[in-house]
Amino acid sequence: MTPLLWGLLHTWLVVGFAPLTVGLVRLTKARLQGRQGASLVQPYRDLWRLLQKETVVAESSSWLFRFAPYLVFVSVWLAATILPTVTTDMVMTPAADLIALVALLGVARFFTALAGMDVGTPFGGLGASREMFIASLAEPAMLMVIFSLSVLAHTTSPAHLVAFVLSGKVGLEVSVGLALGALLMVAIAENGRIPVDNPTTHLELTMVHEAMVLEYSGRHLALLEAAAMVRLLLFISMIICVFAPWGIALPGDGLHWILIGLLAWIGKVALLAVLLGVFETMVAKMRVFRIADFLGGALLLALLAIVFLYVSEAV
Amino acid sequence: MIIGSAMAVLLLLGIVAVAGRRLHAIHSLVHLACAAVAVVLAADGATYLTGAAQGQIPTVTLPFGLPWMAAHFRLDSLSAFFLMVINIPAALAGLYGSGYVPHLKEPNRVTPLFPLFLFGMNGVLIADDAFVFLVAWEFMSLASWLLVLSDHEREESRHAGAVYLIMAAFGTFCLLAAFGLMAGTGGIYDFAGIRAHPAAGAAAAAVVALTLLGAGSKAGLAPLHVWLPLAHPAAPSHVSALMSGVMTKVALYGLIRVLFDLCPAVGWEWGFVMMLLGGATAVLGVFHALMERDLKTILAYSTVENIGIVFIALGLAAAFRDHGEGALAALALVAALYHLLNHSLFKSLLFFGAGAVITATGRRDLDGLGGLFNRMPITGVCFLVGACAISALPPLNGFVSEWLVFQSLFHGPSVAHWAMRFGVPVVGVMMALAAAFAASCFVRAFGIAFLGKPRSDVARHAEDPPLSMQVAMAVPVIACFCLGVFPVLVSTGISSVVEPLIKVKMPTAILGWPWLSPVSATAGSYSATMVMLTGIALAITTVLVVHHFGNRKIRRAAAWDCGHPEDVPNAQYSADSFSQPQRRVFASTLFAAQEMVEIPPPGDTSPARFKLKMIDPVWDWGYLNIVRAVAGLSGLVNRLQMLTVRQYLLMMFWTLVLLLLLVAGWQS
Amino acid sequence: MRWEAFAYDTAHLIGATVLMMGFGLLYQRRMAAVIRTYAMQAMALSAAAAWQAHIQDAPHLYVTAAIALFFKGIAVPAALQWLVRKLGIHRTVETALGIGPTMVAGVGLVALSIVLVLPVTENAGALTRESLALAMSVVLLGLLMMITRRNAVTQVVGFMALENGLLLGAVGAKGMPLVVEISVAFSVLVAMTLFGIFFFRIRERFDSLDLAYLETYRGDRS
Repeated sequence: MTPLLWGLLHTWLVVGFAPLTVGLVRLTKARLQGRQGASLVQPYRDLWRLLQKETVVAESSSWLFRFAPYLVFVSVWLAATILPTVTTDMVMTPAADLIALVALLGVARFFTALAGMDVGTPFGGLGASREMFIASLAEPAMLMVIFSLSVLAHTTSPAHLVAFVLSGKVGLEVSVGLALGALLMVAIAENGRIPVDNPTTHLELTMVHEAMVLEYSGRHLALLEAAAMVRLLLFISMIICVFAPWGIALPGDGLHWILIGLLAWIGKVALLAVLLGVFETMVAKMRVFRIADFLGGALLLALLAIVFLYVSEAV
Repeated sequence: MIIGSAMAVLLLLGIVAVAGRRLHAIHSLVHLACAAVAVVLAADGATYLTGAAQGQIPTVTLPFGLPWMAAHFRLDSLSAFFLMVINIPAALAGLYGSGYVPHLKEPNRVTPLFPLFLFGMNGVLIADDAFVFLVAWEFMSLASWLLVLSDHEREESRHAGAVYLIMAAFGTFCLLAAFGLMAGTGGIYDFAGIRAHPAAGAAAAAVVALTLLGAGSKAGLAPLHVWLPLAHPAAPSHVSALMSGVMTKVALYGLIRVLFDLCPAVGWEWGFVMMLLGGATAVLGVFHALMERDLKTILAYSTVENIGIVFIALGLAAAFRDHGEGALAALALVAALYHLLNHSLFKSLLFFGAGAVITATGRRDLDGLGGLFNRMPITGVCFLVGACAISALPPLNGFVSEWLVFQSLFHGPSVAHWAMRFGVPVVGVMMALAAAFAASCFVRAFGIAFLGKPRSDVARHAEDPPLSMQVAMAVPVIACFCLGVFPVLVSTGISSVVEPLIKVKMPTAILGWPWLSPVSATAGSYSATMVMLTGIALAITTVLVVHHFGNRKIRRAAAWDCGHPEDVPNAQYSADSFSQPQRRVFASTLFAAQEMVEIPPPGDTSPARFKLKMIDPVWDWGYLNIVRAVAGLSGLVNRLQMLTVRQYLLMMFWTLVLLLLLVAGWQS
Repeated sequence: MRWEAFAYDTAHLIGATVLMMGFGLLYQRRMAAVIRTYAMQAMALSAAAAWQAHIQDAPHLYVTAAIALFFKGIAVPAALQWLVRKLGIHRTVETALGIGPTMVAGVGLVALSIVLVLPVTENAGALTRESLALAMSVVLLGLLMMITRRNAVTQVVGFMALENGLLLGAVGAKGMPLVVEISVAFSVLVAMTLFGIFFFRIRERFDSLDLAYLETYRGDRS
């Protein structure tokens, strides 16, 4: 019974908290750029405003265009329900492991790209082509990070990874540092943040994600924006869950541990959101073809992480 | 018994097709009859598998064949599994062909060969001695070669036929040598005898190498894959589906039969080599698929990629087995067989879709299509499901088999040798790259062919194909969903097929029925049913919330065009534009990709031209050099034809003197 | 965590930072960034030396750390930046092999050093093994940088990255005397002076520092 309850609460927690995270990132960037910035709850207002608007659909598009935003949002939300945030004692935790999580994010990306191509304008093709190019390097890098974690902890399930880290069997490993570096680089690419993609650009030639959703409006755009917010929170939670899971409640812990877990998670998410804002302000966006070097570096870092495990005592 | 009579019916149908070639309805009838026979064969395989607990292995010895050796036939669980893998797509191809073949230019070149092709493939599966195996193998090769040549008016088909014939002959020759080595000095060619005296040492290594060359070339292992993208698109679409989806599996059956049953003394080094070759094949295949413009060539190269993935799993299984890790070997082999099964289904589906597009528009190149999703709704949905399945998206079947392959890869480093420990992550990188590129490739193929605005008149007037073709596409769609949503059932079935080969029963659901957890309770699990149900629940919640709180109105308007209102469909991304980032980054060195733009001088109103030049490194640096060497050598030898009489006499004189010298040297 | 395990883990982390800076040297496309990355590598090296001084209780290694910090971390990069500006050298790095394949070769070299180290040091503890593997990787990466770069300045930086790797290995083992360090430092200084003079002469002669021009003046070619 309790796994079901925690699972339900977690599902609504990730969706409810995601706009706040994005608001914090935007506020950090604004303050660093010397602006006052919008309030923390502005993303909620944006989503509400988009929901109230009428949806405009291109004449040449098909039913895939109207269907894709729902599928994209549901697959990202589903991926977020699998990853433990506050406790690992959830009903969905054994249902899928990190490989399935990567594949669910792949579903979202597949259909966003197709929806971009459905309209029949060059911008959609531009976004889809660049997005699949970035994905063809980011996804292998993420899978190799999961590989390195699996060689270390003998599991691909996030709940058992948390248990492994919390049991203290792994110290300050070089491989863990390399895997963390690779995962950070992949997270930046997958979420379309600077230096890979600028989420606030309005110049079409610099767009990747925005070009695919250029045609969307109204409730469809609300769903896609919400999906992007949940995806950001998902990656932040993944970094926390795998590399800094102290505070997460384990199966069999009482209610006060759950509250500690909640507070720990909120604190870590806030810290990482601020750090993301600082990083985005410090760095400039890369040229599209330099992204291959960037993500190739992430892939090689993950490969190095595996290779270093053999020379350390851990394996 | 049933299989024997089914095979006889297939032979008969071939004769009937030739005899009745004046009748127009003969084509549909023969194809439907083949479909029915295939269904019977698949059902026979299924009943054997479900009733296999009795452990009975029926064998039959028939009195034809070589005079000193009768023809042996045997049906065990591996053969029964492959009977199902082969005959279900074959039945669908027969159904599809009954609607498709009458529209071809020369259907009489196709219809008689189709039952013979099925006969050959099924013959390989039930063969229990080398002679029957090779005869059936050749039947299969020759029937498919003639089918490739059926569109003989086109230059590409003739070229494809020539290359295919050479590669098929090469493959059969290697297999002949392999069986010869396995038969040993005693000349025991029946499989029961070979099992009793398996080859060992250097002979076993040679057998493995030759089988890899022979079966690998038929399956499409790099660098022997060059015939595949030429031959598979040249054949009619239902035959392409069978060649890509099914004939490659027959080749893999031969490989598994030799590596795991007839010659099990395979060292882990061969497993390592297979893994590396499989990884290279996968990356090469999918990268070519990303660069091609022809829909069927893309699908053929994608077959090469998936065969590479199966080889990775098979190599892992061989390496694990040699190191004594039985459970992991079983896992890898189950992953390989699951991926085989999945691929035969979704590749057939994709080729059927491509055939429907060709029937409706007459065009195969992506740059002439577009906007077909609105005009051909059934084909569009079926192709979309096939594209999602081949890109390994949950909850479809492609994801389950790739998940299993990844799980066995992740346990690769538990084998203590340093070559495996460093090699498995490299193969992991190759597999992950192949999977990611495959998704990219199919977004491109589906997006440009089916979405957007139509790029040509024929695309504007396309329609869905006849009902038989639609049904043939719908069945694999349902199968893909079922295989994806019930992975535990399917893996349990496959692990019972694997058990006699590895002698270990792999546990499929350690955590319980809904969760596929093959390694241990903590190593990672996947529950397709739970993911599906949760997904549906979340989807219902989302729709309810959005429709309750949001505005439900939809307005149709023109697409946003940045202020330039031109409805030019060719302004959309083309096939080459979509793959340009990958081409720029990866293909500029290895594939010598060059983009050239010819801009006319100012004042000239002719259009600018974009030209793309690429080479295939395996073909240009490998095969063409071999051809040049052979041509050079034969040119040298050819001079012997044109000597004068005195020079011939001189040759005879020198040969005589040399032999006399040898005799003199021997005597002293 | 036990103190010893923590001490060695930190040493390895700092060593890994030196190695990552080595990869960073291969990744950069601008001359100023290459010199900056080299400075960071030298500073990481001095941190490694200082940490080793702390856990080995060997105060002379503090001097090594200080020398690494001032010479290699501050003086030499400043000198190189001055050279680049004075000679007007190209600000972009010219490579003989693309950046992607160079990085792949780098990973291959790291794997090679690990494969080599694994059986050789079976008697020593796993901790010395990792330090050795890291040091050898840095040396090999420095060598890789020298062979895949066309410009003489970047080749010099590769040579000095190689020296960093040697020093990393030396501080990891116990009981290295200071004399060696001073001689190493002087040799680097001498090399720098020579290279500086070389650069002036080459550029005067050819108006470019691309070594391909030197090839046309070899005696056995026409």
